[in-house]
Formats: sequence, structure tokens, C-alpha cells
Amino acid sequence: MDRRFPFKVLEHIFSFVDSNEDRNSVSLVCKSWFETERRTRKRVFVGNCYAVSPLKVARRFPKMRSLTLKGKPHFADYNLVPDGWGGYAWPWIEAMAARRPFLEEIRLKRMVVTDECLEKIAASFRDFKTLVLTSCEGFSTDGIAAIASTCRKLRDLELRECIVDDLGGDWLSYFPETSTSLVSLDFSCLDSEVKLSDLERLLSRSPNLKSLKLNRSVTLDVLESLLRRAPQLVELGTGSFSDELDPEEIAKLTKALSELKQLKSLSGLWDLLPEYIPLLYSLCPRLTSLNLSYATVQMPDLIDLLSRCSKLQKLWVMDLIEDKGLKTVALCCKELRELRVFPSGADLDETDVTLTEQGLVSVSEGCPKLESVLYFCVQFTNAALVSIAKNRPNFRCFRLCVMEPFAPDYRTQQPLDEGFKAIVERCKDLRRLSVSGLLTDKAFEYIGVHAKKLRMLSIAFAGDSDLMLHHLLSGCQSLKKLEIRDCPFGDTALLENAAKLETMRSLWMSSCFVSFGACKQLSQKMPRLNVEVIDEHPPKTRPDSSPVERIYIYRTVAGPRLDTPEFVWTIHKSPEVGVSRLSIR
Amino acid sequence: MLSEEELQSNVSVASSPTSNCISKGGGLKVHNYFGLSDSSSVESSTLSGNVEDDKATISLKATELTLGLPGSQSPARETELDEKPFFPLLPTKDEIFSSSQKNIASGNKRGFSDTMYTEKNWMFPEAVATQSVVNKEVTQNIPKGQLGTLNNSSSPPAAKAQIVGWPPVRSYRKNTLATTCKNSDEVDGKPGSAALFVKVSMDGAPYLRKVDLRSYTNYGELSSALEKMFTTFTLGQCGSNGAAGKDMLSETKLKNLLNGKDYVLTYEDKDGDWMLVGDVPWEMFIDVCKKLKIMKGADAIGLAPRAMEKSKMRA
Repeated sequence: MDRRFPFKVLEHIFSFVDSNEDRNSVSLVCKSWFETERRTRKRVFVGNCYAVSPLKVARRFPKMRSLTLKGKPHFADYNLVPDGWGGYAWPWIEAMAARRPFLEEIRLKRMVVTDECLEKIAASFRDFKTLVLTSCEGFSTDGIAAIASTCRKLRDLELRECIVDDLGGDWLSYFPETSTSLVSLDFSCLDSEVKLSDLERLLSRSPNLKSLKLNRSVTLDVLESLLRRAPQLVELGTGSFSDELDPEEIAKLTKALSELKQLKSLSGLWDLLPEYIPLLYSLCPRLTSLNLSYATVQMPDLIDLLSRCSKLQKLWVMDLIEDKGLKTVALCCKELRELRVFPSGADLDETDVTLTEQGLVSVSEGCPKLESVLYFCVQFTNAALVSIAKNRPNFRCFRLCVMEPFAPDYRTQQPLDEGFKAIVERCKDLRRLSVSGLLTDKAFEYIGVHAKKLRMLSIAFAGDSDLMLHHLLSGCQSLKKLEIRDCPFGDTALLENAAKLETMRSLWMSSCFVSFGACKQLSQKMPRLNVEVIDEHPPKTRPDSSPVERIYIYRTVAGPRLDTPEFVWTIHKSPEVGVSRLSIR
Repeated sequence: MLSEEELQSNVSVASSPTSNCISKGGGLKVHNYFGLSDSSSVESSTLSGNVEDDKATISLKATELTLGLPGSQSPARETELDEKPFFPLLPTKDEIFSSSQKNIASGNKRGFSDTMYTEKNWMFPEAVATQSVVNKEVTQNIPKGQLGTLNNSSSPPAAKAQIVGWPPVRSYRKNTLATTCKNSDEVDGKPGSAALFVKVSMDGAPYLRKVDLRSYTNYGELSSALEKMFTTFTLGQCGSNGAAGKDMLSETKLKNLLNGKDYVLTYEDKDGDWMLVGDVPWEMFIDVCKKLKIMKGADAIGLAPRAMEKSKMRA
């Protein structure tokens, strides 16, 4: 008896299933569900490009239209991953180009993308619409020119914080005169100047352009002319905001800014001069997102600006905002959901206490919708953390960076265990957590017990022993990504909780206490984990007991990767072989 | 506390088990655990980086479980941060990273050893005793402590970033803020095109401020900005609605407060001398000014003559 739903019915039902997590669950139910799901999935997300082979993905999802990939470990952002580690986009682009020519969207994060990749994309996907590269590197403006010139239906071209070999601003002129489809353009990470006339013409013929993020070399005196041609913008990233303008120019710019009736998001603002802040006032009441993290503006001026932004949901700012400025935010920005406060000077030894824990406490008190925080601060207290947790149990992302390693509660000299305990106890929906300051194993016991929905955890300079890691691996049920640096544990906890690692996307440990022997054991025990050691010297020249500088462990069905550089060693599954460094390019 | 001599010495660390500095070859800086260097780099003469000023204190925490590797010891925390090492590692480790540092070339290329820099700084009690941990080739090419960041910025943080990747700020962001200063060197006198932060302290104020000298074009602008910033202290107002607060204060009141008899604005120059602000041309001033201080008038007596002398000497 055939009890299965007809394919068409299942297909229809699955069309309502959007999230990939749900789709992954759906595909596990039974074979026919697996088949139906895979034939209908349009958006494919691969969180670790080495977890699965590109070929397999291409074959599994015949209807895929959008591919999102992530490459290097997160700590690569902080220079902990040497160049040449990997994360190459090419194998994926090649596989998709051959098999999935209807692919429309490619989003890559922390990957190495070459001009060859970009040219291949341009040549292979005739309906290509969206290219978003975040924290990528390896390509030049020539590659971008290829995309601009060839992708007729290009809608989104976004280069976010990429490292680009900037050969000049010509790439912009490669958009054909007939191209009118642009919806978003972000070249904020490029250095060189683009030709103003090219940009003006592009804007004039792009009526659908909603998001424009200029680079720093676009000077203030030309901004007005650009905005005039794109009054429909919803997101604007300005260029440098510091030219000297004469009163007439200021008046024109003010007018142009006030014409942006749809503008919700503002960023860029490099070198923002205080006297130009009033120009932004007309935008403030509608702004939901404001990125001032490159604007070296002082607190009084920030207050002037922020007190007018009553609809603000996302604020990125430097610590120049000080406690007082954050108090204003708490009073005026009741819709705030996300706050990031970056350090302006990274002064570790100077006690510049103008931004303290009090700032974050104020915001947690005043902003009922606050759910995501990244906060850099020199020191903190347990009391503040407890307050924050009490005020805001709805945190989903809490990243506190106490910049002084091992800094205890500066009032009581106690570790910050109790403070973080409050956070994980009260914030039941916490998905992402970064801890810092002086922490003992106890803190991690609390995290293991309470943080049941935690998916990503970042730890530095903390803990006393293997118990710490053990608490985490045995307690945090939802843990997917764990990154640890400079903590004194390793072997025992790792081996005891080896099975856990297969339920996680990845584990990064650097400057910890993991021995080469333990790595070998782990690798042999867990066939579907790649245990990669990052070390200049071959691990086998050292005794098993010697600690390994960096390890990156991730689950994979693709086996050991074939593109490791000379300093990355995959621990082989077979004990006799030891380590392998298969390097086939 | 480590004495200056210990920090400066080029003697192998093996001889001082409690120190947590690795002495390096000539011309290289010695760092304690946090990479706080007592001698500042070329760019950042403002920072004293004194170990003595290190504020972090940690209560003694003996580990209960010592699940370590054979031959190693779990770290113990001591009250004096700067005295004790933290992560005992085995001797062999230090030899591993003695390969020559690749110079940080253009762009963001990081040599492998560059990312390993931190570890060399850490001292290990038993390891020290058994071998020399001097790593001669280390840090030769590390630009003035900017390991984690890539452009040598002339902003004060230059000597700070000894621990690779700490604080965890994206290198993209660090570079962007660093190139602010670089750009300003290339572009002549473009006001506001760089961030030149100096600290401003005021007698009696509970905390410091930072101002970007390049965002002003003359003394008048600087003065009014400082007035705005510091009136809250002098008038005893801590209004959280800054906008409203400002409206309530009259301009004349502010001017009198700071420019009048009560307070004078002074600065510390490159030589470490305190001078009255206003004696030298603005461009020269922002070149030499390292710190600002709003002093009570009485304390500032005697500064004026020196300022005049100095500017005569320079002229």
C-alpha cells in the first residue's frame, strides 16, 4: 500500500518550509521526503566549506538558486589563522558552473576568491543576480569588472570588508549602459577613486537601487550630486564626510539628504566632522540602523544626533560615546535591538574609564527590545552583569569583551563567574555568547548547565582546567561552534567528549593545552572529524605529549581536505600513517 | 613588580624564574605577559606602558584539578599579574617558533610566525629553569608591536597590540582606523582627515576625555569644544539629556569658566614639559601636543615663560 503523499503535494507543503534547519530535519524523515526536499531546495547554506564536497552539493540540489558558503574559522578575523590556510571558493564555483548554471546568488564569507572565480561566475551563470562577499580576499578590481560587465541581470554586488587588490576605479565603468537592474551596490572596502561621472550615470539609470555604500574616497563635495540621482535609497553608506564645504554646498547637501524619504540605514561617515552632524538631522527620525563605528565623533555630538533617532534599531558606535551617550540612547532609542560599541583606541594600559559597565547597564534598562550586544570595555563587575541579565532576559547574542585579559570584577576582585551565571540563567534564548575577564571553571559549569540554546561560544584567557571544556561539551546541548584561545585545558575533556564534536560544526583551540597524542587519539576515535593541526613544524617530529599550537576540528563527510598548506596537518585516521598533508591543487 | 632593569635586560630569562619577560636581541622590546612594554615604540611616545600602572589584580586561584600534560603544571594565578607567568608550556614549544619572522609585507599578508607571536612572550616556570627560552630571531620584523594589525598607525595604540588578535577587533577595522592617520600624512593639512586623539584631563574631574585634535582648525574651536565637554563638571551637572543641558548654560558662563581666571588650558609636549596652550601656531601645536590638561589657574603659574623660551628655541 502506497501511503506516501504524491510528490506534488509534498512539494507544495515543503514550499512553505523556509529555514534550512527545518529543511534538514524534513530531509531526515524518510527517503521520499528526502528526495522531495532535495529537489525543491532553492537556497543552500554550507556553514563550513570543508564539511561536504562541492560535487555532492551540486548533485543533491538540482533546483538550487542560491549558495551561501563560509570558509575560514571565525578567529581568522583576528589574525589567528595564517595566510594560505584555505577556504578556496574555486572548487565550488567550478562545480556549480558545470552543473548548476541556473544559480543566481552566491554569498561567501571568509573565503579566498580569485579573479578567476569571478570571471567564471560571470561566464557561467547567465541569470546571475547576487554576489555578496564578506571578509573575503584574493581578488582584484579586475574580477569585479568582469562581474559588472557580464552579468546582465546583476542586482546585488556587495563587497563587505574584503581585502581587494585595488587596481583602480575603472571597474565601475564596466557596468554596461544598458544595465538598469542594480538594487544594491557596496564598494565601501575599496580604496581607489571611482570616476564620478560613471557613478552618476549608473545611479541615474538604476531606478531600483535601494542600497548604496560608497567608499572613503568619495568625497563630501560630490555626495549631493549622487544623492540627487538616487532619492529612493533605503540604505546609504557615505564616503568621507570631512571636506570643507562652502555654505551653498552645505545647503544643497542638506536638501539632498532631506529628500531621502525612504532612508532607513546610514553608515560610512568616515572622518565625520562635528559641524556636519546637523546635516544628518533630517534623516534621524526615520533611521532604523546607524553605523557610526568609523566616525570619530565625541560624546556631546553623538548625543545631539542620537537623541533624534527614536526609531533606531541597530546602533554601531565607538566607545567615544561614553556612558553618558549610552544613557541618552537608553532614553531616546526605545526600539533598539542591537548595540555594538567598538574600542576607539584599544588602550589597554591607560585607564580611560569614560566608557564603563554602566553604559551597558543603562541601555539594558532603557531599551526593552535589546537582544544583541557587542561591547568592548576595559573592565567590568559582576553586579553590572547581574543587572543587565535581570533587565534584559531576552538577549540572543551577548558578546562582552573585557579588554584586559584576566580582569576580575574591579570592585570585588572576584572572578566574573557570578555575572555570567546570571546571564546564562536568565537569558534562556541565548544563542551566542562571548565571555571575557577573569573566569574560573565555575563559570563554565554554569554555562554548561544553563545555556541550553547556545550555539556559538567564544572564550579567551579563561578557566583553570579541563573541567571547563568538559562542562561545556557535556552541557551545552545546542552548541555548534566553539572557539577557544589561551585557556589551560585540552586533552582529557576533549577525548571524553569526542562524540559531541560530531554534533558541532567546528571547534577551534589555540594556545591551549592539547597534546599531539590526544589529537591522534581523537582523530582515530572519530572517523568523521577532520582534526587539523596548524603548526610550522611537522607534528611527528615532536613527542606525543608536546602541545599543539592550534587545532581546528570539524565534522565532515568529505574526508581530509586536499588543499592544506605546508603548515596545516590533518591527523590521519590510521595510526601508522600519523599525519598526512595531502596537497593536490 | 618587575623592575625597569629586569625588563630592559638582555639576559636570558632563564636566570629569573619569576619574570615573565623574554629578553630579545638588541633593538627588540621586552614584553611582559600582556605585552605591555615599558619602553614605548617610536610612534607612541605618549605611552609609558608602565608595569606598575597595570591595574589588573587577580585573586590567588590555585587550581583544583591539574589535568595537564606530563612535565607541565597547571597555571596558578597570582595577585601581581605582571610577575607571574600563566601558561606553563613544555620546553620544546619555544624552539618550534624560532624560525625567522617574515616581514609583514604590504597588504594583509601575515607570515605564519606573525600569528604565533604571542606565545613567545609567555613564561613558564619550569620551562625557564630547564632551558633558555630566548628566541633571538623573534620580533625582529614585528613593526613596533603592531603584530595583530597591519598598518603602522601613529595613534597611541601602536605599542599595545602585543597579544595577537587581542582585543578581538577585526583587522579590517583596525586597518581602516589606522589608515586614517596614514592618509593624513599624505594629504597636506586637510582638516579632519585624520584622528589624532589626545587625552584631556581636568583637575577635579572624575575621568578623562579624548579629543581629536585634527577635528579643529584653531585654538578657538578646541577651546569651545573643551568647554562643552567639561562644563558638566564645573557646573555640577550630569544631565543625561545633553541637548537640553546645553541650552541651559549660557555661553558667557562657559567662557569665563575656562578662559577666565579659574582655569587654564595646558598641554604636555613631546619633551614631556607642560606648557600653556596658545603660544605656538596651531599647526605646530597639534604636532607636539601629547596630552591636554585643564589646570586651575593657580597651578599654571610659571608655565608661560617656558613656552616662550621653547618656541624661540625651535624657531
